Amino acid sequence: MTSLSSISKARRRSLADLPWPDLVLIVALIVAFAVMSRLSPAFLTISNLLEVTRFSAEIGFLALGMTLVIITGGIDLSVGSTLGLCGIVLGLATTAGLNIVLACILTLAVGVLCGFFNGFVIARIGIPPLIVTLATLAVFRGLALGFSQAKSFGDYPQAFFALGQGYVGPFPVQLVLLIGVALAVGIFLSRHTYGRLIYALGNNAVAARFAGAPVQSALILVYSLSGFLAALAGIIYTSRLSSARADAGTGFELDAITAVVLGGTAIMGGSGGVIGTLLGLLLIGVIRNGLTLAFIPIEQQSIIIGAALLVAVLLNGFLKTLRSRRRV
Amino acid sequence: MFTDRSRERAILIFLVLLTGVLAVFAPSFFTAKNASDILVNITVVTIAAVGMTAVILTGQIDISIGAQLAACSTAVGLMAKAGVPLELAFLAGMGLGMAFGFINGVLVAYAKIPAIVVTLATLTILRAVMLTTTGGAWTVLPPSFRELGGGSVLGLPNPILYLTLILLAGNFILSHTRWGRSLYAVGSNPAAARLAGLSLERTLLSTFVFQGLMVGLATVAFTTRFTTIEPAAGQGFEFAVITAVVLGGTNVFGGSGTVLGTFLGALLVGVIATALTFLRISAYWVDAVQGSFILLAVGLDALRRQGRPLRLFRSRVKRIPGEVAA
Repeated sequence: MTSLSSISKARRRSLADLPWPDLVLIVALIVAFAVMSRLSPAFLTISNLLEVTRFSAEIGFLALGMTLVIITGGIDLSVGSTLGLCGIVLGLATTAGLNIVLACILTLAVGVLCGFFNGFVIARIGIPPLIVTLATLAVFRGLALGFSQAKSFGDYPQAFFALGQGYVGPFPVQLVLLIGVALAVGIFLSRHTYGRLIYALGNNAVAARFAGAPVQSALILVYSLSGFLAALAGIIYTSRLSSARADAGTGFELDAITAVVLGGTAIMGGSGGVIGTLLGLLLIGVIRNGLTLAFIPIEQQSIIIGAALLVAVLLNGFLKTLRSRRRV
Repeated sequence: MFTDRSRERAILIFLVLLTGVLAVFAPSFFTAKNASDILVNITVVTIAAVGMTAVILTGQIDISIGAQLAACSTAVGLMAKAGVPLELAFLAGMGLGMAFGFINGVLVAYAKIPAIVVTLATLTILRAVMLTTTGGAWTVLPPSFRELGGGSVLGLPNPILYLTLILLAGNFILSHTRWGRSLYAVGSNPAAARLAGLSLERTLLSTFVFQGLMVGLATVAFTTRFTTIEPAAGQGFEFAVITAVVLGGTNVFGGSGTVLGTFLGALLVGVIATALTFLRISAYWVDAVQGSFILLAVGLDALRRQGRPLRLFRSRVKRIPGEVAA
């Protein structure tokens, strides 16, 4: 969680230094589990819980990329559109007769390109991430609409559907993939030079630059990764629903950001991590699934998710001031 | 205070170029009817964009306005159907918009949550509340709305008159009142503004309330133009509005921008959208084109600000080293 590991280890003894956001989240999860199993007897079954992860996986990939982006103090609103565009690229490529493996590689490359473009404009030209990704949200969605002319593509080889609908043992394929990606991102954040640099960047971009750190390349890398993960989510989404449509993933950026912020990653950057995001993701998944099983319509679920987002940010801010007061 | 008019000039030049292209490829574009149609088309976006100009001037953002517009319009429609006089319904709509703005403003100014998170959350909640209360049903508006929107005074359509009034008022408020000027101060240097005695919290709160009021005013134009309001109305509206504001030269970091610029930005978007149809380009490309324009505008602006101008045209005035573009 905390970035300066040696210092924080020495201080761990104080109560205030426990990973409060994670603990709060775990308590919230337990409460959510208790409430949901009351609401519906079908909730607390192994098969249902595994289904929760199937639906959460696409948001999960986006949220993992978004974690990196938000730690740098940025935001990526374009991930939902990138997901949509990548689905269309995949659909167009396979319809044009391209081998499915090659088509997937091409799709991932397009995702990286989208992210690279965001990162390049943000880092090199110096436009705020909010504005850049708001604009590319429209551009990527527009490209998806333009290329597809709002048609959907559903012509894929049978083997492709394993990605979104198959199992590895008892686990949905995308859950295994998500865990793999989460591990990779976690290791990157805690062990890789650039991973550490991302925290420095989020805490104080000017200081990071004066320290001689390759700030611009780190930013470009982070947004490219976000694009890559959005493409991966797009491939799995297409596989799960057996078809690609230009409007796929509309509004997904919201769920991804909510998961990240619920997970305790500071929206201003500088702190946060993979575990928090996964917990946040799980919380959203549990709330949505439990409420669906209890026949509460999706619109009312969104009220709860939106309110949870606000409460999470308020609570984290409150805990932060509490901690900094105790230190003084 | 000097005002930098370079963005307004740039947009005008671009508009002239665009109409030049149209003159060659689609001469039928040039009719009084089409010109008035374009103005009527951009009315709703432009009115909300006046509010957004204020919000972005202070360095904030509000992406909940599409949901606000849908909620206000539905509320106005339902009230009118229940027999409330039109004027009263409109006033209630404005009040509702200001209430939404107040909620956003309190969360941003006093709870200190970043505006993007606040408005993302209120956008979600508002949309959800809308869908729940209407049950997804469309609100059919009484014909009195359409009569008001379709009417004209001295040959000028009502929406255009209404837009003109609001633009003049907006321009006056932002550039000639104490409150308007305080937005520029807060946006360009919050610390200095605070030292000068301005309350950041109160300024930000009032800015979001102002945005809500403008959404309420936009609701009037919106409901008198369409016969039904769907709960999902106004989706992507925030994007069109932000595009107009940013294209119009308002600095995305806050501190500079004008109502005139915003109007020209909205006009440019409107002309481009219409031009695409006249040039027989599929409407599905509109988003991509608009997004590219916003990137282009902001990108050129950022490069100019950093003092390394893109040499598209040779600059006649030599830049003084270290000078910061206003």
